[in-house]
Amino acid sequence: MKYLCLIYDEEKKFGAMPKGELDGLMKEYFSFTEAIRASGHYLGGNDLEPVQAATTVRVRNGKVSTTDGPFAETKEQLGGYYLIEARDLNEAIQIASRIPSARLGSIEVRPIREH
Amino acid sequence: MEGRVRETIEGVYRSDSRRVLATLIRLLGDFDLAEEALHDAFTAAMEQWERDGVPLNPRTWLVSTGRFKAIDRLRRRARFDASLSELAERLEPGVHDAPPGDEDVEDDRLRLIFTCCHPALPADAQIALTLREVCGLTTEQIASAFLVAAPAMAQRIVRAKTKIRVARIPYQIPSRADLPDRLETVLHVIYLVFNEGYYASSGASLTRHDLSGEAIRLARLLVDLLPEPEAVGLLALMLLHESRRAARTSPGGELVLLEEQDRSRWDRGRIAQGCRLVERALSSRRPGPYTLQAAIAAVHAEAADAAGTDWAQIAGLYDVLARMEPSPVVALNRAAAIAMRDGPAAGLALIDDLLARGELAGYHLAHAARADLCRRVGDVASARASYRRALDLARQEPERRFLARRLAELSE
Repeated sequence: MKYLCLIYDEEKKFGAMPKGELDGLMKEYFSFTEAIRASGHYLGGNDLEPVQAATTVRVRNGKVSTTDGPFAETKEQLGGYYLIEARDLNEAIQIASRIPSARLGSIEVRPIREH
Repeated sequence: MEGRVRETIEGVYRSDSRRVLATLIRLLGDFDLAEEALHDAFTAAMEQWERDGVPLNPRTWLVSTGRFKAIDRLRRRARFDASLSELAERLEPGVHDAPPGDEDVEDDRLRLIFTCCHPALPADAQIALTLREVCGLTTEQIASAFLVAAPAMAQRIVRAKTKIRVARIPYQIPSRADLPDRLETVLHVIYLVFNEGYYASSGASLTRHDLSGEAIRLARLLVDLLPEPEAVGLLALMLLHESRRAARTSPGGELVLLEEQDRSRWDRGRIAQGCRLVERALSSRRPGPYTLQAAIAAVHAEAADAAGTDWAQIAGLYDVLARMEPSPVVALNRAAAIAMRDGPAAGLALIDDLLARGELAGYHLAHAARADLCRRVGDVASARASYRRALDLARQEPERRFLARRLAELSE
């Protein structure tokens, strides 16, 4: 079973964060990534450009429309994801809870559709 | 003859259908398929037990019949969907498959409880699914108990089952590490079901299913399967509350406060059971919030009247509870207990403090408690103002009538 872990953060928080704290967080991300790589749970992952770079694409009545910004206005913005392999939802939740931003923001765990 | 077999089957359905279902869900890996299989198995029992006699172990018979019927169903559907034939083959029992032993069956019941109360499901769906799958209530019964339209309740249940399947919520007893958190969710679901039945507005309660009784049955089952101290504590708490049911409303449906209840109408059998369970739960090293609340209820239950209550002990238990669960409602109850121990002025100071912090400003019982203490210290004007505030905030009819009565008494 594959799970996609979407990482939500409040971008403002990062801007206001002292450099030392920000570097510490990045280090924490690095070691978490290494840990799940070593345990075989890691399939892939990326961090994303800030939300200003986002574009929402819509199709209405067969016509493509593109708008600036994320799909919805919320306090937290999508900032990255982990694609993980887990036995079931319990294991996926367990791994997601270890993502550093689980503390600062939210992680959405979505099962990947199997074909 | 015919009637006897039917009676036997009905008896087996009542005592064992939830066990059979719990095992079928594990074997088939799907709630809907298992429910259909359960139905098919009982339909087959009607025909075959009549003809061949009742099998030696009806439960084992029902599980294996249900399993074969499910495989049949999948084979028939496989004619339209090839992927199902592989599934049917996988479910085919091997020659070495032993029939499930009693221990497996009891584990299946726990698996079912924990799956229905999985924290990834919405809270209202946890309750609905538990009542339906574990307690065997129909969707219509659950809908009427929660004053929801049946189609809306059915949709809630369907969505929950879909989430279980799609997100792959496992059919598992949680690991040791996860057990405390997961058990908390289960206990919370059971307590919500109980409260829904216990605090139901009296007008609607006539048509509502006996939810409090259902919650107590669920807790008994849980205590049998997993005798964790807090599960024992919750069962004790509910039994002790339930013991006062007959005394807490007047024949006219009016609310009667604990201190004014006719204690001869308390159910002594439930009190004795509740007190025994409290002792058992307290014998664990660290009592949890349900056990502490049960201990408080037990102190009340053992007192001959309100004046003879050991308020010092109750206040002490609330101290521990308030440290463990620093919620404003616990603080309010603690203040009321301290008022009984040290006099109304001491309690009033604490409640004014709480209200000044604003968290309880919209809670009618905080104003009602303040009004009562103002009345006791002889401050009629403040008492009337607080009763009026409480009356503005109260929603349930019996509570509103009670507050209006108190207000009227003060103007005399």
